[in-house]
Amino acid sequence: MALLQITEPGMSTAPHQHRLAVGIDLGTTNSLVATVRNGIAVVLSDGKGRSLLPSIVRYKADGSVDVGYAAQGAQSADPRNTIVSVKRFMGRGLKDVSHIESMPYDFLDAEGMVRLRTAAGVKSPVEVSAEILKSLRARAEASLGGELVGAVITVPAYFDDAQRQATKDAATLAGLNVLRLLNEPTAAAIAYGLDNSSEGVYAVFDLGGGTFDISILKLSRGVFEVLATNGDASLGGDDFDQRVYCWILDDAKIRFPSIEDTRHLLLKAREAKEMLTSHDEAPIHAALRTGEQVNLTLKIDTFADITKNLITKTLAPTRKALRDAGLTVDDIKGVVMVGGATRMPQVQRAVAEYFKQEPLTNLDPEKVVALGAAMQANVLAGNRAGADDWLLLDVIPLSLGLETMGGLTEKVIPRNSTIPIAKAQEFTTFKDGQTAMSFHVVQGERELVSDCRSLAKFELRGIPPMVAGAARIRVTFQVDADGLLSVSAREMTSGVEASIRVKPSYGLTDDEIAGMLKESIDNVGDDVQARNLREQQVEAQRLIEAVEAALAADGGLLRVEERTDIDEEIASLKKRIAGTDHRAIKAGIDSLNAATQDFAARRMDQGVKRALTGHKVIELKL
Amino acid sequence: MVPDFSQDFFALFGLKRAYRIDAARLDQAYHELQGQVHPDRHAHLPETEKRLSMQWATQVNEAYRTLKKPLLRANYLLRLAGTDTDHESNTAMPPEFLMEQMEWREAVAEAREAGDHHELEKLMQRLEKHAGAIRDEIEVSLDTKKDYATAADAVRRLMFIEKLEHEIEDALEALESQE
Repeated sequence: MALLQITEPGMSTAPHQHRLAVGIDLGTTNSLVATVRNGIAVVLSDGKGRSLLPSIVRYKADGSVDVGYAAQGAQSADPRNTIVSVKRFMGRGLKDVSHIESMPYDFLDAEGMVRLRTAAGVKSPVEVSAEILKSLRARAEASLGGELVGAVITVPAYFDDAQRQATKDAATLAGLNVLRLLNEPTAAAIAYGLDNSSEGVYAVFDLGGGTFDISILKLSRGVFEVLATNGDASLGGDDFDQRVYCWILDDAKIRFPSIEDTRHLLLKAREAKEMLTSHDEAPIHAALRTGEQVNLTLKIDTFADITKNLITKTLAPTRKALRDAGLTVDDIKGVVMVGGATRMPQVQRAVAEYFKQEPLTNLDPEKVVALGAAMQANVLAGNRAGADDWLLLDVIPLSLGLETMGGLTEKVIPRNSTIPIAKAQEFTTFKDGQTAMSFHVVQGERELVSDCRSLAKFELRGIPPMVAGAARIRVTFQVDADGLLSVSAREMTSGVEASIRVKPSYGLTDDEIAGMLKESIDNVGDDVQARNLREQQVEAQRLIEAVEAALAADGGLLRVEERTDIDEEIASLKKRIAGTDHRAIKAGIDSLNAATQDFAARRMDQGVKRALTGHKVIELKL
Repeated sequence: MVPDFSQDFFALFGLKRAYRIDAARLDQAYHELQGQVHPDRHAHLPETEKRLSMQWATQVNEAYRTLKKPLLRANYLLRLAGTDTDHESNTAMPPEFLMEQMEWREAVAEAREAGDHHELEKLMQRLEKHAGAIRDEIEVSLDTKKDYATAADAVRRLMFIEKLEHEIEDALEALESQE
């Protein structure tokens, strides 16, 4: 809302006007952090000038943790404790992970999400990802010289609810305030679209280290509208490495490589793949622990041959996305390439052939997602300048539904619905006198529940006994702007209610996260009291700023006594900020929030009316 | 505090209450409204405003979807006029229409079993032509004649056709996944 941006000079007591916010691309292979500095999005480098952070975490027996390049060097020597490509395990059970046979880890099949047993104890993929995020956060804070207001974290567009929730949990665990989970192709589109001030329908082809997304977006006058998205949450550069690795084993007649040799050969496979981006052949030399020597040459034709069906696998989702958007390839004005794996010439060729045009590669495919995320973070943090007047309308990638009789799925929200979205469906009882009903929330396109992803199960109890079919149970699905689902059920005749944030069966519980957070705080020796106080002070300051800006803009919507109430609440909160009691500040925040509820609602209504008035003015001019 | 969503969807977008709409104007009004209420515009504000923003944005999305799709729009207009199409119980359709439906259905099943991509696409095109004619009927009944009973009848027929179209889409998708 443009009016919210106006702050009267001298009214704001903020220490600095520019709020520090970052965009983080939490990738399968590499991660990046970027920010907007003086109006320009830049990737932040580490002390040695390196912009990428390898998404590798090593746990050591003394409990210490190495992240990035330090861990990368140890992966062949200590593969069991050096976790690579952890993104593939996010929100996933053991049975969902492919190529498990060539992975060196000591897996534990915990409920919901797989766990890894390391030298430093059992770790969940959420904790491993949190280490990567912590490292990026530290890099950003060192580079920007202050605490971050928040971060936009990117996720593959095709990530399901469990994977999104796991990503958000990892950020929370890393002490980051998540401004938004943003789909990777959409982030790339921002970076591209704003650069080229484009109009029309574009396809974003995003092949990363472990995930593939295809998004079809319509760009018009600063609005990025995702028409459809599709993909494969376990297809990426890693799979090409895997193919080369298998080819090496086959050609060099290696039978049962040790986990160290496996990791070593996978690295060699990747090097060969990368070399083939600009060469016709790649030598592969490796000395195994068994004393065996590997001396091979991988020719580009052989490579194309053994990876052909991986490329074919990207085309089926592409066709589906186009069909869902109601378009054909002739409607696509441009194709944007994203992700390191799109550097492979045969991927570029396949895309060019399918879309009948050369894809756009003028922005670095490995950086474009982080740059777009930084731009969005800057806007979400409230640093919007006049030129940043864009709007993202994104969708959910997979249908959401409930299990009904016979193990069938009843779709409640179809895929490619624009978010946020809410949908209600009514159900009734099956037996006379039935007092409870259980719900099984699933995600996916298949008819059988067993073929979809199970997200959560919950029960509604206390339904008054009635004859079968008399009760009216309304189940409401709400998907927020992060693409995260919450479900509630309510018996309409009695008002009995149950609700759930879709988490327990596939994520960590809130208690688990709280426990881990506390542990990490204890570890760094931070004073919990001091931290709580600081957090509440910042929060209170932010609220006061927002309310004062709103009063300056729309104070006229208030009656005199309402205005007096709010002014008193602000004065009282300001006094509390100066104190040291974080609970008193929290109470003051709640109280000011309550006092401004009606005001906020009226301003929103006014905004809606203004949108239409503005619209009519345009109409008149035409 | 829950926002007041009593306004009908046409009024929300500043449009005249009619089946025939100016699609470009709907899109523009939708973008302008979301520009005001979308959660991304309120991400840096207190919880109260974030919640309000999500409720509003959800409502605007629902309104847009309803008016954008001809079948949903027709249904919505009938509901506003107090004529429920009652698709659950009222399935009495003229026998010749049901006969025709069965023939369509058989043709789709045959093409699906034969894995005939081309034939499915052709059936889809024919169905779409058919659907277009029904949409024209709906427009006349709703906007010109204000004959809601006739419109409701056409809406029910359109529902059958769109269901069949979805089945063809599913069949095409299943074929592609096999390739």
